[in-house]
Amino acid sequence: MQIQKRRMRRRILEEGKAWSWLMPSLIGVLVFFIVPFCVVIYYSVLDNPIYANFVGLDNFLALFKNAAFLRAMRNTGIFTALSVPLSVVLSLWMAFALNSRIPGKSWLRTCFLCPLMVPIASVVLVWQVIFHYHGTLNQVTELFGLEPVDWLKTNWSYIVLTLMFLWKTLGYNMILFMSAIAGIPTDIVEVAQLEGASSWYTFLHIKLRYLSPTILFVTILSIISSFKMFREVYLLTGDYPFESMYLLQHFMNNTFKSLDYQKLSSAAVLLSVIMIVIIGILFLIESKYGEDVEE
Amino acid sequence: MSLKRFLKRHLATVLLFLLALAAAILFILPTVLTISNSFMAESEINANYGAMIESASQDKKTYISEELNLKFIPDMVSFSQYTSVLFRSPDYLLKFWNSVILVVPITVFQILLAAVTAYGFSRYRGRVREIIFFAYIILMLMPYQVTLVPNYLVSDFLGILGTRWAIILPGIFSPFSVYLLTKVMRRIPKAYYEAARLDGAGEIQIFLTICLPLCRSAMLSVGLLVFIDYWNMVEQPLILLNNEDDYPLSVFLSQINTGDVGLAFAVAVVYMIPALLLFLYGEEYLVEGITYSGGVKG
Repeated sequence: MQIQKRRMRRRILEEGKAWSWLMPSLIGVLVFFIVPFCVVIYYSVLDNPIYANFVGLDNFLALFKNAAFLRAMRNTGIFTALSVPLSVVLSLWMAFALNSRIPGKSWLRTCFLCPLMVPIASVVLVWQVIFHYHGTLNQVTELFGLEPVDWLKTNWSYIVLTLMFLWKTLGYNMILFMSAIAGIPTDIVEVAQLEGASSWYTFLHIKLRYLSPTILFVTILSIISSFKMFREVYLLTGDYPFESMYLLQHFMNNTFKSLDYQKLSSAAVLLSVIMIVIIGILFLIESKYGEDVEE
Repeated sequence: MSLKRFLKRHLATVLLFLLALAAAILFILPTVLTISNSFMAESEINANYGAMIESASQDKKTYISEELNLKFIPDMVSFSQYTSVLFRSPDYLLKFWNSVILVVPITVFQILLAAVTAYGFSRYRGRVREIIFFAYIILMLMPYQVTLVPNYLVSDFLGILGTRWAIILPGIFSPFSVYLLTKVMRRIPKAYYEAARLDGAGEIQIFLTICLPLCRSAMLSVGLLVFIDYWNMVEQPLILLNNEDDYPLSVFLSQINTGDVGLAFAVAVVYMIPALLLFLYGEEYLVEGITYSGGVKG
């Protein structure tokens, strides 16, 4: 009896200690993120904060009829679907290339990582000079007899955005892949090669499977950074860009300006659901594909 | 036969190296161009890039080229851009200072708080705490378009909307570094803690004398990642600050591009310097920090 009581008291004491380490951060996260997000969910099903009538999914339906929101979703979606797979594949390729025997590896790595640290605002001028109608890129394409294109004001802007995105993210992703490649057990690869597996087979069925958790992570990170491309677009073109560069954050900014709580909160809730669904699907694919190699 | 194969392999390596070199040059080119252009005199900048600004091209007195000439090397090295930035337009220095007083407190306090929290998550396992940690990961993965709305509501409620606190406070509680540091601390062998405990050390002492010194490089590398993310911030100031005088240089630079091209490169370089110095000083830490972040499951 006595021992049980003492053990109980000791456990409570341990629990108390554990929570006291977590408390400051938990309070902050609750106050600044979780509780207000519940309020956001609450706002998203009301007609307005003052009368507070429950309207169910009306706000979401209105959002789907909102032309600006649809344009923002479409542009962000196209850009993400275009740039994220490219970034993952290219950085994986670069990581394998840098892992092979070539001289000057650490210099090359420094160069590839440099864009990560250089502030976007600092290089935006150079991008402007390159992609301007009278700019460098058009001068180059003109040498090949191509018509000049106003890169930032046509549908070509997806390509411009993708280029800037790749420039920014490839180094980071490459480092992640390089450390994952170093973790592939060499004995398995060697056995496969001894047994006559082609290099393509070892890549597809061994290396790629060991890399699948990293591929998952790099994909999620790249999706998040693709949502941050607003920074580049804002610095390049300001509040009102050409319509093919009107991104979700532009929509949010404009809605913040008009303080339309219903639109804001239903957009935020909808986006968080979309993000969770995408991440869930990626996790499922990864656990199916990489199931035999769990460490 | 073997010589041919050797040559073939050699050729592949050479080609790969040349390709990598070309890519590497492309990657640093924008940075190098920004720096080299900052040493042009303002008149040379205007002549080369004046066509970017519509209003300038009407002013026929100064020579402005129709086409934009992206140039590597200035005709004449001049520090006039820098002297203008440093001595004649205090505006830019003020904006630079705005950036500093937003980013430094966020970085320092986020890391310190994250170290304490990560110690809690890694030292005491438990079902509820695992669920909370998972919630932190989900929160970390949410884009600004989601988190800024709750941030706005709280700041409004607390009456700090429009002030710097509306950016600093949510920044300090951002879960990113908690996640990374927890993963690092979970790798510290339990035996270290047990040994310290047998010697009679309390939890706070164990944290300060064993855990923190072991995580020093991890904290530095996480700090670098946090710093650069906030040094780049654009979304938060646009929404959470009222007064344009409080805007950090990252937002303000977009406005010089259309007005003061002559100075813009020097301002861009001044803005780049802290980040670039941190990068050159801490590249190894940075690589380490990125490596820690790999693998959501671990």
